[in-house]
Amino acid sequence: MAMKDVPDNVFMTSLDAAASWARSNSLWPMPFATACCGIELMATASSRFDLARFGAEVMRFSPRQCDLMIVAGRVAMKMLPVLQRIWLQMPEPKWCISMGACACTGGVFDTYAVVQGVDRFIPVDLYVPGCPPRPEQLMAGIIALQDKIKNGGTLNGTEFGKRTQPTGPAPFDLDELIRIREANEKLVALN
Amino acid sequence: MSAEEALKATYPGDELTFSQFRDNRRVVVPAGKLFEILAFLKNEQHFDMLSEITAVDYLEYEGAKDRFGVVYVLVNTKTGERLILKTHVNDPEPLLPSVYSLWKSADWLEREVYDMFGIRFSGHPDLRRILTPDEFTAYPLRKDYPLKGRGERHNFPVITRAES
Repeated sequence: MAMKDVPDNVFMTSLDAAASWARSNSLWPMPFATACCGIELMATASSRFDLARFGAEVMRFSPRQCDLMIVAGRVAMKMLPVLQRIWLQMPEPKWCISMGACACTGGVFDTYAVVQGVDRFIPVDLYVPGCPPRPEQLMAGIIALQDKIKNGGTLNGTEFGKRTQPTGPAPFDLDELIRIREANEKLVALN
Repeated sequence: MSAEEALKATYPGDELTFSQFRDNRRVVVPAGKLFEILAFLKNEQHFDMLSEITAVDYLEYEGAKDRFGVVYVLVNTKTGERLILKTHVNDPEPLLPSVYSLWKSADWLEREVYDMFGIRFSGHPDLRRILTPDEFTAYPLRKDYPLKGRGERHNFPVITRAES
């Protein structure tokens, strides 16, 4: 076969796999850091922990140059429209890491102003637990995400097409459901 | 002459209540006299810095006669002296005169008190919400507002993968 003539430094693969491999090893994170997790995120990029070893250290503060959003810290309801706008401004294909207890679930802040998990309103690919997580945990998360991208990616990003549901859970607190219903009824009565 | 003595001399009668706790010197004044007294303290006693305005909700507080207490912390930058003024307002329309004309720092401080407690300040140049979103309708630091809110956290569009 002709394979015999292929030199050692050339390998054969599918275009999808090659694109996913390239993407997974050149993640450009958008740091959406609002609280203590943000400090851990900064430490992750610092020389002590050195995120650059994994090809994911090119932090960009313009969403148009990023493909990985790291939501680090609690998100207040006044901030959520900003978060959503930044997410929409990022070019496809893009991924999202929800870092820390607050970004994942609201953490201890079950108050009127704190969003109880960003995954209720934007799609999230990977959750990093901890309060705040240590830089090693975030690194493990990024490596896990790289694996995910390598194994499931497509050339034109069509792997996202089927995901039409928000990734987060619906609110389960009974009191909360009652309050939402009352607020909606009041709204209907006002209109 | 200390600021308290000057106040006692200028506003005789029993409408001012003086007290002290450790270093904190406190005066309770009637809401009707508030602006006059603050203007006196600024112009005559050189309390040229308004360091804080905050409020307290005394709903269901034991022995409380009024619903809201509004607290002003004044600083004399010449002597380092501090004075804490308190006044009371009540439902249904808690209203106080704005002290923006005396101290420019009152701008954001009064907006914060308005945002959190719903106490209005007449004469404020721009009384808008400052911490919560503009469309917010409640006053979160009032004691009768539920800690988890009334469903405000859920009024956002949900962005899914397929559409972003």
